[in-house]
Amino acid sequence: MSFYTIKALVLRYLYLYTRTPVRIVELIFWPLVHLLVWGYLTRFLQQNVGDDFPHEITFLIGAVILWDILFRAQQGVAIFFLEDVWSRNLLNIFAAPVTNADYLGSTYAVGMMRAGVTSVMLGGLSALLYSFNVFQLSWALIPFVFNLLIFGWALGMISTALIVRWGPAAETLAWAVPFFIQPFAAVYYPVDYLPTALQWVAKLLPCSYVFEGMRDVLKDGVVNWAELGIATGLNVVYLAAAGVLFVRVMNTAREKGLLTKFASQ
Amino acid sequence: MKPPILKVRDLTKKFGNVTSVNGVSLDIADGEILGLLGANGAGKTTVINMVLGIVTPTGGHIEVFGKELMANRIEVLRSTNFCSTYTQLPGNLRVWQNLKVFGQIYRVPDLKARIDEVLEILEISHLKERVSGELSAGEGTRLNLCKALLNRPRLLLLDEPTASLDPDIADKVRKVVKRIRDEEGTTILYTSHNMRDVEEVCDRVVFMHKGKVLFTGTSEEILHHFEEKSLEDVFIRVARSGDIESNRERKEGGS
Repeated sequence: MSFYTIKALVLRYLYLYTRTPVRIVELIFWPLVHLLVWGYLTRFLQQNVGDDFPHEITFLIGAVILWDILFRAQQGVAIFFLEDVWSRNLLNIFAAPVTNADYLGSTYAVGMMRAGVTSVMLGGLSALLYSFNVFQLSWALIPFVFNLLIFGWALGMISTALIVRWGPAAETLAWAVPFFIQPFAAVYYPVDYLPTALQWVAKLLPCSYVFEGMRDVLKDGVVNWAELGIATGLNVVYLAAAGVLFVRVMNTAREKGLLTKFASQ
Repeated sequence: MKPPILKVRDLTKKFGNVTSVNGVSLDIADGEILGLLGANGAGKTTVINMVLGIVTPTGGHIEVFGKELMANRIEVLRSTNFCSTYTQLPGNLRVWQNLKVFGQIYRVPDLKARIDEVLEILEISHLKERVSGELSAGEGTRLNLCKALLNRPRLLLLDEPTASLDPDIADKVRKVVKRIRDEEGTTILYTSHNMRDVEEVCDRVVFMHKGKVLFTGTSEEILHHFEEKSLEDVFIRVARSGDIESNRERKEGGS
């Protein structure tokens, strides 16, 4: 892995964003819409449902912010690849001295930057509009973010691998894959509210431990480090598996000439 | 005798049941410009893609700079570059931004000066601040060539570089190709449908048809072999006959 090559690939992405403001809108607009919708829903529930409803309903806002970290990290990887497809630049990159590790390293960096931009914006606005301070998650915020980034990267690699394998028609997977898992990820409700079989699915998703952990911190101020450890362990497995899948699909793409097909479409 | 810069032996590529490249062997000597000539579907671009490691061969062997390609791919690609009519640089970036990114990827020393130099070589210095997507087809091709020259490649692969150019710009590109070979000793593999490209630029020509090498030699040797007056006549005859050797036998039998 070459830091110099990764820096060059990230620079290309930064140029792309500074040159096309519409992409910045995409980075800000949708997260903002989600925050406003869930934020005002939270305020409505707090004021109208009465004392029966837990005060910790503000976890919905926390869920919006944390989910967006995962989603932006995934997008950083998947959209990075699609940007090269759309600009017919794919062959220039893959015919250059860029290893799979360089390429993935740059997508991780871009995913992290995207997540950073939106989470800072959402964190600031949620404090301003709804008095929700994301830093009340305290030190637990670090492993929460760390685990969501890693799982986002893994999902990004899986999305990209599927797009390479199935061609441009599968581009929509770049946006769809995170939402395949969202119903089971306990983002907005506890795992216990899922049917038993789906609870097992949730337990296989590292992000479900993060969202459960967030609710625990907001409710009791207690961090369940053991569960965060399970999330990290699962993430290591997912990241390794996604990396193997990505490399194998790229090798298949070279065997079947899929990269050149992409480039000519 | 110096080893060839590019050595290809029995190169074969099958996509499912279709054999795109069938047992191609060729050498390119240091500083040579080798033309790869053939109709659409002859397998020229697939050969180039295999030399770049974008497509994995089904069989055969590729050596670049005396090293086996796939085992040394990244090292080989640092001293190689390519320009294809089928690729573009990101259209949202300015010309200098695209060149800066690729210059960094190829680790070009003194990059700023080199960018100015390649823009001047291709006579597009005035476009440095322009957005790449706003360039004409000809300007875009010259920008691609700038990218291809950035790292002073020892091996340069040009896939139909004059395909979208008007005669004036195509002539300038041919002169640039010859100039970089003469001044920098760059070895070049050059595919084209344009017979004038091949006649003016290439030292030798590999004539491909349906994935196979029909003939290798200088333009004169090809004309002599096929008993035609121009490469264009040879090209048309090969494209239409499908079996050049049987045609030749028929011709010899009739005379």
